[in-house]
Amino acid sequence: MTVTQNRAVESETSAAREKVLEVKNLRIHYETPRGDVIAVNGINFHVYKGETLGLVGESGCGKSTATAGILRLVQPPGRIVDGEVLLNGVDLLKLNESELRQKRWRDASLIPQGAMNSLNPVMKVKEQIGDGITTHEPGMSRQAVKERILELLTLVGLPSRVYDLYPHELSGGMKQRVCIAMGIALNPSMIIADEPTSALDVVVQRVVAQTLLDVKKKLGVSMILIGHDMGLQAQLVDRIAVMYAGNIVEIAPVRSLFEEPMHPYTQLLIASIPSIKERKPLKITEGLTHDLRNPPPGCIFQFRCPQVMEHCRKITPPLRELKPEHYVACHLYE
Amino acid sequence: MRGLTRGYVIRRIGMFFLTIWLGATIIYIIPRLMPGDPVSAMISRMMAQAGRIENTEQIIAAWREKFGLDDPPLTQYLRYMGNLLTFDLDYSLSSFPARVNELIARSIPWTLGLLTMATIISFVAGNAIGALMGWRNTPKTLKAILPFSLTFTSVPFFMLGMLLIYIFAYGLRWFSPGGSAARGIPQGLTWDYIMTVIHHGMLPAFAIVLASMGGWALGMRGMMITSAGEDYLILAQAKGLRLGRIFWRYSVRNAILPQVTALALSMGSIVAGSILVEYLFSYPGTGYLLYLGIVNSDFTLIQGVVFVLIVATSFAVLLIDLLYPLIDPRITYQKR
Ligand SMILES: Nc1ncnc2c1ncn2[C@@H]1O[C@H](COP(=O)(O)OP(=O)(O)OP(=O)(O)O)[C@@H](O)[C@H]1O
Ligand code: SF4
Ligand SMILES: [Mg+2]
Repeated sequence: MTVTQNRAVESETSAAREKVLEVKNLRIHYETPRGDVIAVNGINFHVYKGETLGLVGESGCGKSTATAGILRLVQPPGRIVDGEVLLNGVDLLKLNESELRQKRWRDASLIPQGAMNSLNPVMKVKEQIGDGITTHEPGMSRQAVKERILELLTLVGLPSRVYDLYPHELSGGMKQRVCIAMGIALNPSMIIADEPTSALDVVVQRVVAQTLLDVKKKLGVSMILIGHDMGLQAQLVDRIAVMYAGNIVEIAPVRSLFEEPMHPYTQLLIASIPSIKERKPLKITEGLTHDLRNPPPGCIFQFRCPQVMEHCRKITPPLRELKPEHYVACHLYE
Repeated sequence: MRGLTRGYVIRRIGMFFLTIWLGATIIYIIPRLMPGDPVSAMISRMMAQAGRIENTEQIIAAWREKFGLDDPPLTQYLRYMGNLLTFDLDYSLSSFPARVNELIARSIPWTLGLLTMATIISFVAGNAIGALMGWRNTPKTLKAILPFSLTFTSVPFFMLGMLLIYIFAYGLRWFSPGGSAARGIPQGLTWDYIMTVIHHGMLPAFAIVLASMGGWALGMRGMMITSAGEDYLILAQAKGLRLGRIFWRYSVRNAILPQVTALALSMGSIVAGSILVEYLFSYPGTGYLLYLGIVNSDFTLIQGVVFVLIVATSFAVLLIDLLYPLIDPRITYQKR
């Protein structure tokens, strides 16, 4: 699939809505002694103003790496090999260090996976929320910063005493909320939330997810929400992108995706959502994901696909818009 | 103070005295388990020096009486403890009639001055080098140069010391090969005297820094690398913070914590001096004193230096225990 083809298709159908973020042909490799791990294999997607895009896929499919790529936070031995990341029209991958530093947090913030370890253990909450603010708003008075922090804490449902606490004095859910408060401190146009609830127990998960959603609604910010819980995603996001082995295999509005999943992998994911009403056998196809260092020619899902066909093993299916806003990469629909 | 309760402080100080008491008892018992007694040892030493001494029997008896060696063991032990309380450390056997506490009092300022300065410089320089070596954003050229500063760590210290003396004292004649001050300058708080002391301390201090810096650097580098992938560092980057702030407040601030504990321990052992350094540079500190004690089998002297070492180390550990909650908020002695 070429970039130009893809862009042409998009512009026909969705010209009306403003895109905050456009990711084009993003490719990220991890260098290892036995060859490059292709963690993100030239993906394309966009996020509209004010919407929440869900990013799902099994563990290790490259969700975190892809979103780290957007903020250029890929850690060595990983590196961004190719692509464009247009945030409000500016390609982040072309900026120099200091320009990038100004865009970070101000324009796009991160709510990290594993909030447990995302706070500096030797700094108080106020300093950690505060330094993000003062770095980008050097003119702000001490008092104003303090008021802003307290306001943020209230917004995410934390008592104001948290202001003066150290991370180890907080519970997991509280830490996660601190991370949310931090992420919205500067009213960025884009928030990337990497499984913000995965480390929490189920009840707290819902509460934190709700907090996130409320905050998002109040601010009208766009968001990418990573997760592998399809059920939770269905309730939280507007559109879903399904990722498999470094590729996006399907993107669609939530309703459309759940009512009519088209890619065999998506169908599998939806079929395996546990349900209380009926007990169904877990649908897990044979075989694991191929070695990411050495993807097969043709469709990346061929080894696990129940409907695999002869030419799936030779030709890579491009991501095509089959219905309005519903993109699929599969030969079944040709 | 944050993290401390009065109960903890009292218990901790109790531990401090208990440690010292135990240490003092051990250094009291061990020499007495050995054959012979100090007085005959002293007499035989005097005989060796003077050739022949009249009335040895009487002298021995008189001295045993004077030192109270014929008293019951418990009385002796209690007297010893009582003396320790006032830092009265008996006569030195090898430089009788000098008392051990006088000898130590004379040498300890030299050692403290030299080693405290050298250790602090070494700690700061070593950690700075290690931190930069372990940091991803250190400029490439700097990263390539830094390891050279650690070459001397792998050279055995006595060779390094002799090399420095050879080059800088005998070759270039920038420094004198030994001693703590130039002869002929009267001791006192005069400009000349202070300058000569600093000048004499420079070479041994340089040797210590050169040799010990690498240990700090490697430890720090390891800590920096381990913590490099920490989530809080990635988030700090995501926040768009300036590199300097990430380096100091997020990276170094966390990596240095174990180093501080190690520093406290080495500060404690400083009072024992560094035997090798002080011997090589004929520096009149406690290390040199301990060396003299060992070669002259002067066990009251050894005992005295070891006692001071015990007190200093226990004190350093006490201090770090009480101060640690200040540098690491996760450590707290409060009950929850
Ligand atoms: N440092 C690394 N070296 C080599 N490979 C790596 C490294 N970090 C990640 N990878 C590989 O990159 C792929 C993508 O990892 P990533 O963390 O982005 O997955 P993920 O979708 O976020 O998974 P999870 O849901 O478990 O968070 C994985 O297959 C992983 O093996
Ligand atoms: S392209 Fe072929 S192998 Fe790939 S998902 Fe579709 S049917 Fe399965
Ligand atoms: Mg992840």
